[in-house]
Amino acid sequence: MTVRLQREPFDVAAEVAALTRGRTDIGAVVTFTGICRGSEDGAPIAALTLEHYPDMAEAEITRHVEEAQQRWALEGVTVVHRFGRIKPGEDIVLVVTTSSHRQDAFAAAEFLMDYLKTRAPFWKQVEQAGRASWVEAKTADDQAANRWSVRADKQAAE
Amino acid sequence: MKVLYFAWVRERVGKTDEEIDPPADVATVADLIGWLAERGEEYSHAFENPKVIRAAIDRVHVRPETKIGAAQEIAFFPPMTGG
Repeated sequence: MTVRLQREPFDVAAEVAALTRGRTDIGAVVTFTGICRGSEDGAPIAALTLEHYPDMAEAEITRHVEEAQQRWALEGVTVVHRFGRIKPGEDIVLVVTTSSHRQDAFAAAEFLMDYLKTRAPFWKQVEQAGRASWVEAKTADDQAANRWSVRADKQAAE
Repeated sequence: MKVLYFAWVRERVGKTDEEIDPPADVATVADLIGWLAERGEEYSHAFENPKVIRAAIDRVHVRPETKIGAAQEIAFFPPMTGG
């Protein structure tokens, strides 16, 4: 498992190669890349700035990767989350999951992204028309995270 | 104990972190939010709507009714918007 928080851009191909090089037991690689959009509700975005709680972010993401590894048959997982100022078109977050079959890799990647959205301690500030404002959490993201059911309810109750 | 603030909670309080020593009757996370809110205008502004404040004790998410106990580090922040 690799969990990394960094200011610099990441290289998707290099991250995939690091998980698959020399392996013949992996039949599926799923990658998800989250990218900064250039507009929101029709209004242009100059940049996003991501603030995070470094020690907790790493611990929280690691806990969710461990949970994914228990729920699905995964060969490898890499999560890279950027912080700092990110411009439209630049990458924000990367999830790579590898498995012998695609179902587990797809499900685990989606699970990890749903949790990153709602439980990883990151906050986005958006620059639009010369002013910065904090992005509000979306109910749809909470619902997406909650569908991972039983264990999620237990965690929320902790 | 050390308290950390993030995003607009940090902006409203006007600091990233501080050491605090709340009285013994401040037992839960909700109690602490109430106590902090009384510390001045910037705090009452940051904590004016406790329902939207999220908290973590020693880097683990907790709920308002969670006992503070022997916590070393408590963080307050808005709902997360990562990913």
